[in-house]
Amino acid sequence: MSRIGSDMSAAKRRHHAAVCAALGDETRLSLVTTLSRGEPRSIAQLTGGSRMTRQAITKHLRVLESAGIVHSVRAGRESLFEFDPQPMNELQEYLGRVSAQWDQVLSRLKTLVER
Amino acid sequence: MNERIEKRIELRAPLSRVWRALTDHREFGEWFGVKVEGPFVPGQLSQGQITIRGYEHVRWQAVVQKIEPESLFSFTWHPYGIDPKVDYSKETPTLVEFRLQKTAGGTLLLLTESGFDKVPANRRAEAFRMNDGGWTQQMKNIESHVAHRQ
Repeated sequence: MSRIGSDMSAAKRRHHAAVCAALGDETRLSLVTTLSRGEPRSIAQLTGGSRMTRQAITKHLRVLESAGIVHSVRAGRESLFEFDPQPMNELQEYLGRVSAQWDQVLSRLKTLVER
Repeated sequence: MNERIEKRIELRAPLSRVWRALTDHREFGEWFGVKVEGPFVPGQLSQGQITIRGYEHVRWQAVVQKIEPESLFSFTWHPYGIDPKVDYSKETPTLVEFRLQKTAGGTLLLLTESGFDKVPANRRAEAFRMNDGGWTQQMKNIESHVAHRQ
């Protein structure tokens, strides 16, 4: 069981789960895609391109914010939301590691049954 | 969307042979790297000592879910649950499923591990450093590991 060779903390794993959960919604995924293209955007700008209400978009942005995927920054009287790639990078790394560990475990299974 | 890891592997061995390697607790332990203490029983906790060098002090635990002869074997567990000071029972486990299909050359094994998204997103993020790595590529990478389902 090679996956145990990691010292990943429980907090980190919970955080990965939170990032997964935050992305587990079509609207939020599309907000992330929009924000990941570049400059920070206001709620009005983000609502403009969708059929959803301002309140609904705000709610989704808060979920993304609590997972650290977006941050809000003040620009005058407005709040702008900007994308932070780090949680996604870490999630990607985590899933990549779990995936690689399964490859190792399954290759030991293959060796055993084909012996 | 259900975050999951999926693997397919072709094994040049009869289905019954692969089934035994999966569900006989001694054989399972041989390739998984754990000395499982008793037979697998659906609904029951299975545990044992890790046999991988350097981790012999670690207990392995899983709850067997389904044993459908020569077709499906599944269990839930806490991946990376190796810190003896942490009570993992409060965390939602992931589900590991092994599915078998007979093929011309032997057996196709489909593995999925799902449930990485089950913990509510109610925690503040840790302070992350900014990273300007290629985001679009990351998204593609994640999609290659994670099938968007449901």
